[in-house]
Amino acid sequence: MRDITLGQYFPADSVLHRLDPRVKIVSLIAYIALIFCTFNYCSLAFAAVSVLTIVLLSKVPLKMYLKSLKVIIIIVIITSLLNLFYGTGEPIFQWWIIKVTWAGIHNAIFVCIRIVCLILLSSALTFTTSPTDLTDALERLMKPLKLLRIPVHEIAMMMTIALRFVPTLLEETDKIMAAQKARGADMESGNLIKRVKALVPVLVPLFVSAFRRAYELAVAMECRCYHGGDGRTRMKQLHMQVRDIWSVVFTLVVIAGVVLLNIFFHYVV
Amino acid sequence: MSLLSVKDLSYVYSQGTPFEHTAVDSVSFDVERGDFIGIIGHTGSGKSTLVQMLNGLLKPSAGAILLDNINIWDKPKEIRKIRFKVGLVFQYPEYQLFEETVEKDIAFGPTNMGLSESEIAQRVISAAQFVGLKQELLPKSPFDLSGGEKRRAAIAGVVAMDPDILILDEPCAGLDPLGRDVLLTQIYRYHKERGNTVLLVSHSMEDVASVCDKVLVMNKARMEMFDTSEKVFSQGEKLASMGLRIPQITAIMDSLIASGFPLPKGTLTVENAVRDITEYLKREGRL
Repeated sequence: MRDITLGQYFPADSVLHRLDPRVKIVSLIAYIALIFCTFNYCSLAFAAVSVLTIVLLSKVPLKMYLKSLKVIIIIVIITSLLNLFYGTGEPIFQWWIIKVTWAGIHNAIFVCIRIVCLILLSSALTFTTSPTDLTDALERLMKPLKLLRIPVHEIAMMMTIALRFVPTLLEETDKIMAAQKARGADMESGNLIKRVKALVPVLVPLFVSAFRRAYELAVAMECRCYHGGDGRTRMKQLHMQVRDIWSVVFTLVVIAGVVLLNIFFHYVV
Repeated sequence: MSLLSVKDLSYVYSQGTPFEHTAVDSVSFDVERGDFIGIIGHTGSGKSTLVQMLNGLLKPSAGAILLDNINIWDKPKEIRKIRFKVGLVFQYPEYQLFEETVEKDIAFGPTNMGLSESEIAQRVISAAQFVGLKQELLPKSPFDLSGGEKRRAAIAGVVAMDPDILILDEPCAGLDPLGRDVLLTQIYRYHKERGNTVLLVSHSMEDVASVCDKVLVMNKARMEMFDTSEKVFSQGEKLASMGLRIPQITAIMDSLIASGFPLPKGTLTVENAVRDITEYLKREGRL
């Protein structure tokens, strides 16, 4: 159970860690859009190199990135293969229903690199931003939605609490499982139905304790006069710094580069 | 032949990672049938890891646990049988209750053992009696009980398996003084009447001193002492160096001895202290 990593913040001292989380989120969205707007190999390579620069700047060990890539490697392979076999145009290789075209090969390469870049970028965000910073930034970014009567603060608070309680509940699950095993509960053998049934002695106490914790947390919050987001000030105010501006400049340069490369080399592929 | 024999037992968490941490380091001791052993130690000294290895919930990194001279990990598939023989009551056991009625919850262990229905019913009733749970509570939902009653019901769930060795991890944590006295007395009576072996993990030196015959002291993953309660608690300074203290009454008696009164060392209960002091005063002709 302990192997599940959620909110995989990796503390380190890098420019990326110190950036304003709002800038990071907005940039992430921009980069993702950009990666899917690369139409030839030159712009794709340029975007990929920018992504690698960001990865290196994060000072997070490359091993961590490889770990997060490992999870989606199957998806990458399947989508690449599908693209490879469903290309249009003159086939260069044909066997039974399998047909490989140049367009298919190009598509496969593009999709593969795009997905890898996507995962690297989003990992860079979660590795360099603590969950609380992330929800804080989301709350600030979603503030305009308040005009539409969407309870932005409450949503952000719920996300913070949910993230905070993941490790706690995992630990609790471990404890309850050990306790029931000590009473002879058998969770490792038997068919599917038997195994699902064996979960009841774990799930019931887990839910009971989740409700108990929720109740206790609510009381504790009320004791500290929590009354929602209205008029609430923050201890850690988010301020834009010079480095944030430089990061925006960097992003704009990359966007400009991709656009220019798209235009100048559109005849290459 | 000892009932339970622990040989060079070690447990390492997250072995082979940067988070590697030795929780139990080559611990060896023997438990005889009918022992009542207290396990004390500072938080994080490895007590809980140790007891979880004794009933096969954690597999030791090194060393062996012999129950009736058979290594419990000889047949890993039959480790559940070991758990029926070595019953473990976790800290705050009331959080593991899940059935619709108290009766069914106590029956969970015996049912897993595959006993007959009549046998289970009988065990539930006797287990409830042993922990002092009133009969009329049995058909109730465990979630309607009071905190102390829940604790009793959960302990009964392990007692009902009639284990050869009963291990309790901090059974009195969070109970009021009266509740803990009653619970301790019941555990002691259970031990006396059934002649079963009991291991009691506790932070409270008073609790351990009042019921245990032997005391095992854990410190920084190692076993520091394992001896009779009197001998362990007569080494106040050594215990203090491990962040532990001796029972208050033992401390008082020690300071009386230090001031020159010829009293026996290693007094563990107030009753004994009263007896010894009265005897001394009578001898001196002051009483």
